[in-house]
Amino acid sequence: MRAPAASDIAAGEVLLSLENVSLSFGGVRAIRDVSFDIKKGEVRAIIGPNGAGKTSMLNVINGFYQPQQGRITFKGRTRSTMRPYDAARGGIARTFQNVALFKGMSALDNIMAGRTLRMRRGLLWQLLRVGPALKEEIEHRERVEEIIDFLEIQAIRKVLVARLPYGLQKRVELGRALAMEPDLLLLDEPMAGMNLEEKEDMSRFIVDVNEHYGTTIALIEHDMGVVMDLSDRVVVLDHGVKIADATPDEVKRDQNVIDAYLGVAH
Amino acid sequence: MRAGRNASAPEREDAVAIDAIVQADTFPKLLIHHARVHAKRPALRHKDLGIWQTWTWAQVHEQVRAYAVGLHRLGLKRGDTIAIVGANRPKLYLSVMAAQTLGAVPVPVYADAVADELSYVLAHAEVSFAAVEDQEQVDKILSVSERLPKLTMLVYDQPKGLREYDRKNLRSIDEVVAEGRAALKQDAKVGEWLDREIAAGKGSDVSIILYTSGTTGQSKGVVLSAKGCIDAARDTVAFDKLTDKDEALAYLPIAWVGDHYLNYAQQLVAGFCTACPESGETAMADLREIGPTFYFAPPRTFETMLTRVMIRMEDASFIKRHLFHYFIGVARRYGEKILNGEHVPLHGRLMYWIGKALVYGPLKNVLGLSNVRVAYTAGEAIGPDLFSFYRSLGLNLKQLYGQTEAFLYVTAQPDGQIYADTVGPAVPNVDIRIADNGEVLFKSPGMFVGYFKDDAKTKEAMTPDGYVKTGDAGFFDQKTGHLKIIDRAKDVGKLTDGTLFPPKYIENKLKFYPNIREAVAYGDKRDFVTAIINIDLTAVGSWAERNNVVYGSYQELAGHPLVYDMIAEHVADVNRSLVADKVMAGAQIKRFLILHKELDADDGELTRTQKVRRGFVAERYAPLINALYDGSSEASISTEVTFEDGRKGVLAARVKIRDVATVPVPPTMDKAA
Repeated sequence: MRAPAASDIAAGEVLLSLENVSLSFGGVRAIRDVSFDIKKGEVRAIIGPNGAGKTSMLNVINGFYQPQQGRITFKGRTRSTMRPYDAARGGIARTFQNVALFKGMSALDNIMAGRTLRMRRGLLWQLLRVGPALKEEIEHRERVEEIIDFLEIQAIRKVLVARLPYGLQKRVELGRALAMEPDLLLLDEPMAGMNLEEKEDMSRFIVDVNEHYGTTIALIEHDMGVVMDLSDRVVVLDHGVKIADATPDEVKRDQNVIDAYLGVAH
Repeated sequence: MRAGRNASAPEREDAVAIDAIVQADTFPKLLIHHARVHAKRPALRHKDLGIWQTWTWAQVHEQVRAYAVGLHRLGLKRGDTIAIVGANRPKLYLSVMAAQTLGAVPVPVYADAVADELSYVLAHAEVSFAAVEDQEQVDKILSVSERLPKLTMLVYDQPKGLREYDRKNLRSIDEVVAEGRAALKQDAKVGEWLDREIAAGKGSDVSIILYTSGTTGQSKGVVLSAKGCIDAARDTVAFDKLTDKDEALAYLPIAWVGDHYLNYAQQLVAGFCTACPESGETAMADLREIGPTFYFAPPRTFETMLTRVMIRMEDASFIKRHLFHYFIGVARRYGEKILNGEHVPLHGRLMYWIGKALVYGPLKNVLGLSNVRVAYTAGEAIGPDLFSFYRSLGLNLKQLYGQTEAFLYVTAQPDGQIYADTVGPAVPNVDIRIADNGEVLFKSPGMFVGYFKDDAKTKEAMTPDGYVKTGDAGFFDQKTGHLKIIDRAKDVGKLTDGTLFPPKYIENKLKFYPNIREAVAYGDKRDFVTAIINIDLTAVGSWAERNNVVYGSYQELAGHPLVYDMIAEHVADVNRSLVADKVMAGAQIKRFLILHKELDADDGELTRTQKVRRGFVAERYAPLINALYDGSSEASISTEVTFEDGRKGVLAARVKIRDVATVPVPPTMDKAA
């Protein structure tokens, strides 16, 4: 499911890098001079206490926020400004902290919506649903069915998303992101509000996506067990500043990280 | 074949093939027969990526041959055992056929068994191969591989997540089939060798080993012979007039005798098509799409279906609700009589006919039962009301009685002789005898050869003259000549005052209420009867929503005073109905409690076939049962629960206990009897 542009970059090389990125909202400095990179094929975790700037970081990566300073290089191209639409075109997909699905649509239609950017025929063709447009829709449906099979949500294919339990909504949202066949998948707290069993299922799906499709994943997560198990490398933010960037084991032992999480007497 | 006129060659082949079905004494031989006679007829279906895929008998035959050759090249040989672990997927059914083609013995295992249970069966059966569904099962088997020294090879159906695994002892079924196909193509001798292997198979060979679900202790491996399986299936295929035009949906666990019988043995004898659902959760929707003509479901499934219908009707509009209830009333009055061919007044027929157009037809369609010609239920007693509900809709639902040791059928109700409280007369060629202690004994064509590696148990289960002991107490009904099963022989107890106490009889009465999912009654050697009740989350949850009862978890809902009130009413109803039967009047339920968690097979409280293990539950919840009898109004309990991955946690709760009013027993009138 790799887009052709990303195949130029070999696994293990840098897919996305951020250099000295700073972002402020008026007087609030959400991100201060942060640099790190994401290598192709890895699972990269971004962690930190509440308000550390994690979600802002994701929003910068997918172009929702424009940083005041710094450079972002994605697939070898350095960019100054980018809109979320361009990011999506470029192969970045994401899920949201609070599920952002089309509630009145079925799970299937939601995931089909993830294919929008890959539809070649225009609106009129698609409305007519004949000839080449129909053929194209069938091709897309096939890819979507593969994803449905992959995420084991066959039983809810035709169910309205609003009627699904939270854990399944999260899975549908992951499905929609996967339907874009992204090079980089951003997951904003994929396990928030889940019970233990749902978390285990989700962890397995994340690992499977990474292994099976070779998708590079950047995720924000609060559950430390999950982060330590899943990720290859971890960036730790605190008050917008990067305080550590290493493997899970090293991060666990890092004094700065421990202080940031547990607090320290000043 | 001798040289002759070409025109007669196909005819002669047909004659040979028809001969083959009469003579075929193994399943691989039957497969050859169907590949010739029903080559283009569908044999297997499976919904994949949202679309139904169909394999004809010719295709299945080709795949099985290639698969068998592939397995042989990996080292599987005659007499070896191969575990089959997973859901109802075509490739697992093909695995059974391929193994039998080589003369190897398939051992299906319950897919939801935790690693510990799995390793017991696999080790006991000494499997050298395992054909499994997916990564989950591969992981489970690998986690206990040190206990399975004989296991040399795993083959799997779904590749997801298995890419990075060590390939030394791991192959995908597709690879194995492809390899076998290449070998068959390359060298004609391979095909000849395979033909000889099939021909070498005898009816007396072990065809399959089915492990019992273990209601009582450790599960036992029931060894069945090829001829036994086929003879038994022939009798029932003839009994229910099944043909290659029929269709069934395979959704029951493949390790259960019922699935192997209904969806494999009968399929290969009659040549009908077995459809596999897309996934476990879609079975209900798939049922509707396939519209099977032959359907089997345990009472619990019929219960769940009815519960779901009732809930949806409660939420339906006023007009629909009234229409539904009115015509269900009509069906109750006339439906069964019409089905049984009894006399019904003209206006009754007319009303039923309108009801059929407006309610019963659409309802059966929604449930996927429109095309069903023969439906069976077994495994447990079915509530009479539940039973007649489906029959009144025009569904030809019948009861059968059987067990793994009989290769399922012992008795079955013939069309037109249906009673809610009997299980029918003996199936043709089955001989039944009632022992002096009331235990049902039988001798049948499909009866087992013995328990695998356990002669002592085999001897225990047989009478000296070769009858099998069922362990169930029963008697032949004078009026109908049908067998009636009361309970497990050892479960029927007595209260201290000598009143008869058949726990299952009482539990079944309770379970007929949609709000009650499971009930366990106690009373043997006690002063009175008590019950532990499990609420049905779907039904009670929907009730809670309509009545503005707020709850956060199963535990909270189960302990809610209003839920207790509702269940208490049901229990009082059951007591009233118990009084109607004078033998049972003394066995009314005096006290009950609602358990804070659902009884679960993972915790060992139910068997894998969802039957309550009464003894185990009694032990596990001993403090609660003591409290039921010592008069206290509350009790604390903390139990260990097992999660699906085998990890354990502790669940603690305070459970309330309720007293129920009992109906005074009317003075006995022995003279009347």
